[in-house]
Amino acid sequence: MKLIIGLIVLFPLVGFLFNGLGRNIWNKKVIAFMATGFIAISFVFSILAFLNVQSSGAAMVHFFDFINTDTIKIPFDFKVDGLSSLFLLVITGVGTLIHLYSTAYMKEEEAPHYARYFAYLNLFIFSMLLLVLGDNYVIMFIGWEGVGLCSYLLIGYWFTNATYNYAAKKAFIMNRIGDLGFLLAIFWLIVKLGTVSYGSVLTAESLAKLSSTDITAITLLLFVGAMGKSAQIPLYTWLPDAMAGPTPVSALIHAATMVTAGIYMITRSNILFSASEFTGHVVAIVGISTALLAATIALKQNDIKKVLAYSTVSQLGYMFLGLGVGAYSGAVFHVITHAFFKALLFLGAGSVIHAMHHEQDIRKMGGLKSKLPITHITFLIGCIAIAGVPPFSGFFSKDEILAAAFAKSPIYWVLGVIGAAMTAFYMFRLYATTFLGQFRGTHEQEHHLHESPVAMTLPLILLAVASAIAGAIGIPELMGGHHWLAHQLMPIIGEAKEATLTHQTEWALMAASVSIAIIALLIALNKYKRQADDEPQTSLGKFLYHKWHIDELYDNIIVQPLNRFAGFLKNVVEKNVIDGAVNGTGRLVQYSARKLRLIQNGQVGYYILFIVLGIIVLFLCWFNDVAILRFLSFLTNKS
Amino acid sequence: MPIQYYIFFCLTLFSIGMVGVLTRRNAIIVFMCIELMLNAVNLLLVAFSKMYHGAALQLAPGTTAGIDAQIFVFFIMVVAAAEVSVGLAIIVMMYRNTHSVDINFLNRLKN
Repeated sequence: MKLIIGLIVLFPLVGFLFNGLGRNIWNKKVIAFMATGFIAISFVFSILAFLNVQSSGAAMVHFFDFINTDTIKIPFDFKVDGLSSLFLLVITGVGTLIHLYSTAYMKEEEAPHYARYFAYLNLFIFSMLLLVLGDNYVIMFIGWEGVGLCSYLLIGYWFTNATYNYAAKKAFIMNRIGDLGFLLAIFWLIVKLGTVSYGSVLTAESLAKLSSTDITAITLLLFVGAMGKSAQIPLYTWLPDAMAGPTPVSALIHAATMVTAGIYMITRSNILFSASEFTGHVVAIVGISTALLAATIALKQNDIKKVLAYSTVSQLGYMFLGLGVGAYSGAVFHVITHAFFKALLFLGAGSVIHAMHHEQDIRKMGGLKSKLPITHITFLIGCIAIAGVPPFSGFFSKDEILAAAFAKSPIYWVLGVIGAAMTAFYMFRLYATTFLGQFRGTHEQEHHLHESPVAMTLPLILLAVASAIAGAIGIPELMGGHHWLAHQLMPIIGEAKEATLTHQTEWALMAASVSIAIIALLIALNKYKRQADDEPQTSLGKFLYHKWHIDELYDNIIVQPLNRFAGFLKNVVEKNVIDGAVNGTGRLVQYSARKLRLIQNGQVGYYILFIVLGIIVLFLCWFNDVAILRFLSFLTNKS
Repeated sequence: MPIQYYIFFCLTLFSIGMVGVLTRRNAIIVFMCIELMLNAVNLLLVAFSKMYHGAALQLAPGTTAGIDAQIFVFFIMVVAAAEVSVGLAIIVMMYRNTHSVDINFLNRLKN
């Protein structure tokens, strides 16, 4: 087992070194083959590890001591259990498909840049594996920072474009804000418990050692970390901008894997989170607000990737709603199904963009159905899956979260269903505008329209199949299913707190949410199957089109004041205080030197005078006033 | 006589010498003032020696403790006499060169 796990992690690292160091040596075929091959091997070993966990339970392997001092011991341990082995499969599986897709999508790049791209991608997989495999928060944090770095590198992959660089910096800095919370939570745990290993932190004994304030603070800080990484309010604005990266990167990092790290982390620490009622509410409220906010913005966007990006933010909000109401298995379920259908949608969008020669505006598309048949059908499957139409995968996972939300509070459910209706609407708006109706692009673009090569359509087909059937791993017992996933996760999240809903209520909820979603998607299909959205006319439409002006708001309340503060420091503090002190010292020395120089006038008499004065001063210093007084009293009294 | 009288007297003598050195411009007077300061210190040395010897005699009659400083004073006076001859020679040479004994005239250290 140790060997298998070691190899799973090692192969992507080897791939990174191979392509990173040999970027000027290998030709593009070698680069593509090796990069994809290493991840594929990693995937095979992940399957082995998964089967091993199925047959003989969770395994922990020790490699070496990462930090070893008197007071704290942090081992470099990996843990493979039900949760992390599932993530392993998703990361390496979807990762392999996206690598394969990238080999065709990125083929216009020069060989060194092609190698750089795959090196980053491999490094990302490596970091992500560290994140999910680590057996303590510190190892998780290493992976956490690693994926953040790779995200930055890949968003700014086309580094000659200043806007892309700006987007990359934005993503990196917003993630740092969240990471600070995560780091503080780790420190808090170390101070209070002296350990960060899951095995010793996530136990009843540890919980007993922590006061309820500690638990609330730690969980909130962890949640701040999750907010940054998983793009929740208020730290979500980096994700839509992150679409500056190549489309497969958006699919892998900003839809399927990295952004779900926050959900993984909270699910992993579910014992802590369950212990704090307050944090649960915060998580749920932030989650549902993000889901609704992002969904409303997605309604009016015209950039194919921006719609998908806001959709991702919205779906992540659903996952946090699930975490907040205690439906951990539902959240993980949604992570898995979302990884499939959102990666599929992004790759489909990539295929469209590829065919359209880097045109991303859906108003200039339309009627692509007949030109890109495979992309069309797979994209449609993705849309149905995310809209929550049974029996596609998105239905099962979303329904599980909504049912748990209803059990907690019907308000969550109502808001969730509104969000689900909007999801169905904007996805089918996107689908209809892109694939139905008449082609609205230039004549030249129409002439060049072509279906993508096999390396791109094969991942689409495989992901479409997965999106369609992945729901099977979590068919609720209500429908005569077994809910394999919940059983799989039981050792980590404990016995699922069965929702106290009757079967009738559950059926009713399900029927309500599904019918609302279907109505929304039919409206969208009907409205957009012939024409695209115009520029928004109403004030609400403009408000949504401009993304609630959140970016401008952040710019005004955070960026501008910080810039002004920096300007103040630069122009006032730096120039007057710091420079003033430095130059003032110099000027003082010069001035006093000019004045003191006059004393040396060549008159020996003055020199003697100063010698005498100096002696008197020295006497006064040596014999302090007490001694002088005593001397004077000796002179007067004794006489 | 109490020792304080000697101390006051010597302080006064020394101060007169010092003020003279600082204020007068005639080299011979300055020289005399230096002698005044030297002799003030000499006198103080003798006075303290006498006081110490007197105290020692009361404890142990016939002792010579403290008497050595009085002998020392003679040495100082001998050296001072030698120094005076050198100093006066310098002043004579100075007068021959500048036809003046004004010390401020000789501020060639300047520049």
